[in-house]
Amino acid sequence: MVLLICLDPRYYLARQTGKLTRGMGTLQPRWGLPPCRQWDCQSKPMAIIRIIAALAIVCVVVVAAFVAFAWRSPIDPINRPDTTAFDPALVARGAQLASAGNCMTCHTLPGGRAFAGGVAVATPVGILHSTNITPDADTGIGAWSPAAFTRAMREGVDRAGRHLYPAFPYDHFTLLDDDDLAALYAFLMTREPVRATSPVNEVTFPFNQRLLIAGWKLLFLRPGPYKADPAHTASWNRGAYLVEGLAHCGACHTPRNLLGAETKSAFAGGDTEGWSAYALNSASPAPVPWDSDALHFYLRNGWHGDHGIARGPMAPVINNLDAISDADLGAVVGYFADILGKPTEERRQAARALLERVRAGDQSGAAKSAKTAAQAASADEQTPGARIYQSACAPCHESGRPLPFGGINLALSTGPSGPNARNVLNVVLWGLPAANGERAPIMPAFAGSLNDQQLTELLNFVRAQFGTGSPWTGIENDIREARSGRRPVMISPAHGSDAASAIASQGDTQ
Amino acid sequence: MMKLDINGAQHEIDEDPDTPLLYVLRNNLALNGAKYGCGLGQCGACTVLVDGEAVFSCLIPILLLESKRVTTVEGLGTIENPGPLQRAFIEEQAAQCGYCIPGMMMRAQALLQKNARPSDADIRKALAPNLCRCGTHVRILRAVRRAVALMQSASMAPAGEGRGQ
Amino acid sequence: MTSAITRRHVLAGTGALIVSFCSSSRLLAQQGPAAAGNAPPLPGSLKTSPFLDSWIRVDADGRITILTGKCELGQGIKTALLQIAAEQLDAPFASLKLITADTAVTANEGFTAGSHSMQDSGTAIMHAAAQVRAILIGEAAARWGVPPETFKTQDGAVVAADGRHLTYGALVADQLLHVEAQPRSSLKHPTFFKVMGKPIPRVDIPAKLTGGAAYVQDVRPPGMVHARIVRPPGYGASLANVDTAAVEKMPGVLKVVRDGNFLAVVAEREFQAIKAMRRLAAAARWDEKASLPDPSNLPATIMALPAQSTAILDRRQRAVSGGKTLQATYTRPYQVHGSIGPSCAVALLENDGLTVWTHTQGVYPDRQAIAEMLKLAPDRVRCIHAEGSGCYGHNGADDAAADAALIARAFRGRPVRVQWMREQEHAWEPFGPAMVSKVAAVLDDKANIVDWDYAVWSNTHTMRPGGAGALLAAQHMAQPFAAPPPKPIPQPEGGGDRNAIPLYRLPSARVTHHFVPQMPLRVSALRALGAYMNVFSIESFVDELAQAAGADPVEFRLRHLDDARAKDVVALASQRFGWDSFRSERDRGRGFAFARYKNLAAYCAIAAEVQVEHESGRARLVRAVAALDAGQAVNPDGLVNQVEGAIIQSTSWTLYESVSFDQRRITSIDWSTYPILRFDAVPDSVEVHVIDRPGQPFLGSGEAGQGPAAAAIANAIADATGKRLRDLPLTRQRIKAAIGV
Repeated sequence: MVLLICLDPRYYLARQTGKLTRGMGTLQPRWGLPPCRQWDCQSKPMAIIRIIAALAIVCVVVVAAFVAFAWRSPIDPINRPDTTAFDPALVARGAQLASAGNCMTCHTLPGGRAFAGGVAVATPVGILHSTNITPDADTGIGAWSPAAFTRAMREGVDRAGRHLYPAFPYDHFTLLDDDDLAALYAFLMTREPVRATSPVNEVTFPFNQRLLIAGWKLLFLRPGPYKADPAHTASWNRGAYLVEGLAHCGACHTPRNLLGAETKSAFAGGDTEGWSAYALNSASPAPVPWDSDALHFYLRNGWHGDHGIARGPMAPVINNLDAISDADLGAVVGYFADILGKPTEERRQAARALLERVRAGDQSGAAKSAKTAAQAASADEQTPGARIYQSACAPCHESGRPLPFGGINLALSTGPSGPNARNVLNVVLWGLPAANGERAPIMPAFAGSLNDQQLTELLNFVRAQFGTGSPWTGIENDIREARSGRRPVMISPAHGSDAASAIASQGDTQ
Repeated sequence: MMKLDINGAQHEIDEDPDTPLLYVLRNNLALNGAKYGCGLGQCGACTVLVDGEAVFSCLIPILLLESKRVTTVEGLGTIENPGPLQRAFIEEQAAQCGYCIPGMMMRAQALLQKNARPSDADIRKALAPNLCRCGTHVRILRAVRRAVALMQSASMAPAGEGRGQ
Repeated sequence: MTSAITRRHVLAGTGALIVSFCSSSRLLAQQGPAAAGNAPPLPGSLKTSPFLDSWIRVDADGRITILTGKCELGQGIKTALLQIAAEQLDAPFASLKLITADTAVTANEGFTAGSHSMQDSGTAIMHAAAQVRAILIGEAAARWGVPPETFKTQDGAVVAADGRHLTYGALVADQLLHVEAQPRSSLKHPTFFKVMGKPIPRVDIPAKLTGGAAYVQDVRPPGMVHARIVRPPGYGASLANVDTAAVEKMPGVLKVVRDGNFLAVVAEREFQAIKAMRRLAAAARWDEKASLPDPSNLPATIMALPAQSTAILDRRQRAVSGGKTLQATYTRPYQVHGSIGPSCAVALLENDGLTVWTHTQGVYPDRQAIAEMLKLAPDRVRCIHAEGSGCYGHNGADDAAADAALIARAFRGRPVRVQWMREQEHAWEPFGPAMVSKVAAVLDDKANIVDWDYAVWSNTHTMRPGGAGALLAAQHMAQPFAAPPPKPIPQPEGGGDRNAIPLYRLPSARVTHHFVPQMPLRVSALRALGAYMNVFSIESFVDELAQAAGADPVEFRLRHLDDARAKDVVALASQRFGWDSFRSERDRGRGFAFARYKNLAAYCAIAAEVQVEHESGRARLVRAVAALDAGQAVNPDGLVNQVEGAIIQSTSWTLYESVSFDQRRITSIDWSTYPILRFDAVPDSVEVHVIDRPGQPFLGSGEAGQGPAAAAIANAIADATGKRLRDLPLTRQRIKAAIGV
């Protein structure tokens, strides 16, 4: 409501117009407007009518101006181009780009037809469903011309002229250059057409009025394409183009404001789909600071022994990064190296000490040396959380079995050092299910084995024993929320595994 | 000394609290149903119910089981008086070597206690954590469907514990 | 006739006597295959164990016990053998008891393997039961002084026409049944079967589903202790040193056993043993060797090893002129048995000897090997078969038995239970060997195959004991036994060359077996042996030929088959699948395959429908329809169960499975690193249609489905995608790479 009031021209008119004169007595305040003081007019009723008329005209003009500004004309439909019309090399390039851009992940239901849409995305304005981007003429984009496609990617407007919710990250895709857009178009138009209509979005009024999105775009969309920054190298710019454009990393890793737009604190960390996307700038919580080699390995393999394993939303991202060349991946890594910055000396020393302990065979690699003593305490003196960890977790997580198949050393994993318990909680509750016939780490689900109290004790122990940072807050809440099934969490397949298989959607325990 | 509730009976167990439930079931209580298949939570041959939830007994230390109710396949029925799931599996002859079947039945039991009318997709998804190497899967699915029908026609509550958390 | 009718008369086997003595329900004798010599050989395993009471025992109280040297592997053999005995004896099925392989009690039938159980043991029991019945009738005739022609047998008794009856128990005395079998028996005619040929529910299933003791893992003699092995990290590793002091002090630990590279720990309780094993493993220092081949090009490695080449079929004509030539190479990696329950054994050494409870497939060979390892006389070692989980061939069972025996030697007087860990079973079981096949053929202009040249490279497919050297424990001891030199299994059974000779009519053909003795990885028999790979190769190639000839795959096969029973299964599978009316679409195809296992055993044809997900390359078996001819079907449901299982297991092998290793160690050591089929990939339906041939010999069917299933799937993928894949497993990545964008 505040928003509407701010946009209501009559409010400003009432405050600023010189038409306010003395002696009219008070007008009753409406919509919480401050009471008017001395109104003067040739005649009260006429003055009122004239003011209302003026207000109405201004109102209409402003609204008309907004609508004129916001309205987009439809682009004529075309006959779906024949697949042979596209150069196979262009299609192949488009496949690469689609992979790096993760189109499949948002536009394909687990086990569903590729690119047919229907994936539910929770947003502050409600539940949205991704659209069908197969070249089906009626339910997909089969009737879209290249211009229509480009407009959607750069401006967030569909062929019919409707504004698209920025859950579709056109604020990033706007950076794509013309060649890349042409390749993506060629790729999508040569996919298998699927007749499928996505479920209706569950968005409450007024946010279901798409025209309002134009206002959002006015504030937050900086249309592309990407312009190289001459102060940086070509490789840096290539990295920036990929990261800020196609790969849209900030969409998860940058915090968002109340209007759902990314804030200026780029890569300071975010939340997505029930997982915490760690900060990738100097606030990175990783116990061992990331370096370029580690990042390159992680982005190629989906895990790194000194950092962790990607099985949340990052997993399909890494799978899809298989499509980009080593040179391009190097550019991405170089760009992030810049963003991560150099770790402080204190952080570097702590990391060195930790790694030494781990390599020396201390599989628990307790983050702080004082904890080793606590860990050596007899079973009777151990906290409940410690006993649970020792008996249920340590047999795999301290077996020393090589990654990625062995349990990760928790002292090296970023999870326990994250801003909240959610990532660790997700994995403990739901496990890492087996992939469909493909080699991948398997971790059993503990949702049935641990009750809420045991889970809380365990998480507190993990934070204290292996994490850097103050104790987690909100654990009980997180547990309740996770078990309620209100917001199912996706555990994605490991790197290299079939993207559409073995995705566990939670809410009902196994 | 730990007190454990197994199939409704109280047992005093003299074992280290970090001992996985599987070994207590098999060795202290001579219950044969739950089996060692991997000890890693990958195959489900050890599956039992804890408060109605299917868990890997090879990985749950008994220290976690205070005041929880454990159900094993022996709690579903006996050879003289098999429960509906067991009857269904026998009638469908849903076993080759049979080693994985108790685990399968417990996983199915957990599903049926929550969802009395599961779809085929529901059943497959529920049984996914359990492996069968002999290839008895088609019969296992048929047996679970048969159990659904048996349970509905008898309209009796499945033997075993109440709902999960 | 008033003269006493003696047993000898009854068993004399003279045609007249048998004809006059036969009731109308009995067939004229079924006879075993005639030997080259004088007397006809005894049927089945009666050849080696001719005394009837080695197979059938009747107690005075009427209890009837059937004995078999074979063992239940989950294939339903217990039930099937009881059905045979009950039928031929005319005794109630539920009243019979079965004792399986036990060196102190049962006949020596070698290994329960090669799908021989019905042919060997089933045949023996069938004839033995029939002859026991005949003896009991003769005994009744003697007692009543009445000729036996009017007698009937039912419900375990002989009944005279006037209603007098004597139970078998009442008839039996002393050594009545301790006579040798005759070559001919009076068998019941199939039209009168009450139990044989019926889908009798399996006798072992109820206990397995209600927590009854059924497996070797459930054997718990009093005083039992628990042991765990610490195996070397790889084949070539040797134990440099291990400080056992800390482990010996752990709670419950009774002993650490070390003998060369053999290292184990014994504790009172099972979890104590596991914790001690982990500690012991951490304390052990091994010298490792890079002894494994480069995994990146296994086929080249196999083919580069020295080989002994044999033409197992050679009727090559002169080169045919004209015609279309095709050739192809197919490959298969090492694959595991992957028994769901890792191997286990219990051994007890006491003054009077060693007893081992084991799930070995061969109690006699295993006994002999263990005796040799421990330097005991074989008759002081008793191996009792207790079921394991499905073994699918030679898995770790024999080795676990040897482990237990070796530890028991160091731990006299208390039963020692050894349970292998999952990682140990995966890493140390003998694998199905990696194989390569190359085939070339010529088609004439009438779409006939006119020339055929097939060659297969493979290790041995059997390293079963046969001697202590086959046992891991014996190889690891300080004074080790050398593994025996591998030998090929001769045709017609074959090992790597099993089913390498197609059943098709091939006017000019050569089949060569390149036997590779050197074994970079430990190998032995895995279900179907070489037949899985050979049938996969042959049936894939036959499809390629059919396509080149523009012929329908089923019609092409029928045209090249002369064996009527083969044609029947092909036609039946095709018809039940709806082959002629199936319409392939993009990414959804059909495939067909046929083989007669070993060209001697069961006939099996399979039609498969496969769906391929285009973006990911994921292949899924949608449905399979099989037709099976196993001769006289003793338990039709048992046959269906076995073939269903074979199809699904073969689907897993074919789409997913390969052993992984680096140059020091096996790296596929659990289900995460060696994934197999889970419920999400189970087909919508698997149908098995059995063609019953009453009166025909039993044909082994436990392994008949593996090869055809693999080829049917490969052919369906080719139909769905237009791409032919020849390297097993047909993984998602390979399919995707073949399809492209």
